[in-house]
Amino acid sequence: RNIWWGAKIIMLFHRLSRLGFRIAKELPKERHFSVCGRRILQRSYGQYLHSSAVTQTQTRTFRQALFSNNHNLCTSFSTSSGTSGEETEKINVIFVDKDGEEIHIKIVVIRLFLSKYSGACECSLACSTCHVIVMDTEYYNKLEEPTDEENDMLDLAFALTETSRLGCQVIAKPEIDGIRLAIPSATRNFAVDGFVPKPH
Amino acid sequence: MSMFLARRLVTRCFSSRPLHVCIVGSGPAGFYTADKLLKAHEGARIDIIDRLPTPYGLVRSGVAPDHPETKIAINQFSRVAQHERCAFYGNVKLGSDLSLSELRDLYHVVVLAYGAESDKDLGIQGESLGGVFSAREFVWWYNGHPDYSSLKPDLKSSDTAVILGQGNVALDVARILLRPTTELASTDIATHALSALEESSIRKVYLVGRRGPVQAALTAKELREILGIKNLHIRIKETDLSVTPADEEEMKNSRARKRIYELLSKAAAAAGTFEGDCGQRELHFVFFRQPERFLESDESKGRVSGVNLEKTILESVGSGKQIAVGTGEFEDINCSMVLKAIGYQSVPINGLPFDHKKGIVPNVRGRVVSTEPGLYVCGWLKRGPVGIIATNLYCAEETVGSISQDIEEGGVGKSEKEGSKGLMQLLEKKEVKMVDFSGWEKIDAKEKQMGIDRNKPREKLVTWEDLLAAASADS
Repeated sequence: RNIWWGAKIIMLFHRLSRLGFRIAKELPKERHFSVCGRRILQRSYGQYLHSSAVTQTQTRTFRQALFSNNHNLCTSFSTSSGTSGEETEKINVIFVDKDGEEIHIKIVVIRLFLSKYSGACECSLACSTCHVIVMDTEYYNKLEEPTDEENDMLDLAFALTETSRLGCQVIAKPEIDGIRLAIPSATRNFAVDGFVPKPH
Repeated sequence: MSMFLARRLVTRCFSSRPLHVCIVGSGPAGFYTADKLLKAHEGARIDIIDRLPTPYGLVRSGVAPDHPETKIAINQFSRVAQHERCAFYGNVKLGSDLSLSELRDLYHVVVLAYGAESDKDLGIQGESLGGVFSAREFVWWYNGHPDYSSLKPDLKSSDTAVILGQGNVALDVARILLRPTTELASTDIATHALSALEESSIRKVYLVGRRGPVQAALTAKELREILGIKNLHIRIKETDLSVTPADEEEMKNSRARKRIYELLSKAAAAAGTFEGDCGQRELHFVFFRQPERFLESDESKGRVSGVNLEKTILESVGSGKQIAVGTGEFEDINCSMVLKAIGYQSVPINGLPFDHKKGIVPNVRGRVVSTEPGLYVCGWLKRGPVGIIATNLYCAEETVGSISQDIEEGGVGKSEKEGSKGLMQLLEKKEVKMVDFSGWEKIDAKEKQMGIDRNKPREKLVTWEDLLAAASADS
């Protein structure tokens, strides 16, 4: 496989949040759990999100956005790669919504800290809207320890668990290929700005 | 084939039939509600009104000038305001320019998200003395809110200010009072406040809480920040840090509480060796004291000269909660200014049910109770004045969920309503000069332009006249 060494999932997260993985309010029956399994998630959550057909479109849209919207990003690609422009390692990241529905994304990893796209504070560690739950403890342990600043914001996150992290602080590296990240509560409506799901 | 097309046409017409929505209040609650409604309903046409000519609520007027990253959310809000199915109308006040019933006549859905523009009162003697302000007034003063630009707090009569309350607003005002003004000069702080702070003689600030460090309402990020300010000496009594079993229980149940307690303990230990130095800036954390009354100055009648405080102890009242109870022992702190940072309070309006005890509009998941369907609330008016900007994301999700459900069940959205068109006619009839988003963009551009000259991100316009003039200037 081709390889990019890289930095953060944050760009991914923001794109996904604009694709509709918005975090909704904590429902009364929401439970905190320390080991996240798919079945537990299915029980806790409510709303069906989308079919795989839509996922393909999203992935395409996301990747287009990744390359076209941010010129900082393009610069970082050309300067940070150790190999030629076509060599692009992606790692697999799986986002899991309330019903256990999985969205498989291959993310291209990037070096520069992207300040333009992310949750409400656009990566400045001033909110917790990119809160994700690492579903497998062994993957959680492979991540770098959260800094004090990240912990401060996690303190305020809804549905906090023992394997919670802020998505914008997770460093994408080959060791976490295949990582599964649960989004605390999915939304019932979703759209990329302007993109409306076609009825099916 | 034609049946298929006909059916698609019908579906399309039906789903994009206009849903006229008016959101009152353009802060985070209003904008997150608008954002989610636009995405949930193709036919939603949303008007966001605000009594100020400028949008964004407390993100513009509440967030401290030295916290610019917290204001980034504005980018998302302005994208919503510029959406083709959304419009912003400033300088339109519910209650005086139009009534709630007039709004309800024009729109299928009305969402009240106007927050909490007043304060909790202590109800103690001397509260109306000169020099006693609510933190909200002081914050609006340094943030250039047009209602408070002429507050003129006296920062020169003594070296001490007392802040009642230990939440993040208390920390904000303490920080603004104690930060070196050179650091404030390059922020968007209002110039009249910067000048006053440059001449300020305040060197000691007391942050007074009626309970202990485990109960303090501040959060770790803000605490870490103030503890890290250069040349600011922190004073915390080691004795205040002893914890009861109930305190231990509270900390076990909340990692946030535990981390805050640890931060305060470390700060107390580090401060222990400090020896008082004249003219150095000091921040004193005072725990277990509740205000009994404000003392009046003998030399300047009508002005505050100190606070009389009663020592407290904590009493458990069940379910892990502890409250402060007076012990009958008193002490004074002398000061020339008191800022009450004990909580905001919403303002009721005519025709709206209101719970005066909780300070909110009674509602169930955002639906206002005991009214005709179609009236909703979001934000502080719905939940009380607690939470951060992002809390409104979840709040808006719930309210929009209720709205969607009501539309689906047919209770809302069926009748003919005029929406924007009707609003424009009404405002014209009443001669209200509303400021639309392009008017705000003119204000925004002017402030940024003026800021360039002073090496600030913006130089705020702080009077109604200047704001309205800039909004209607020829570009």
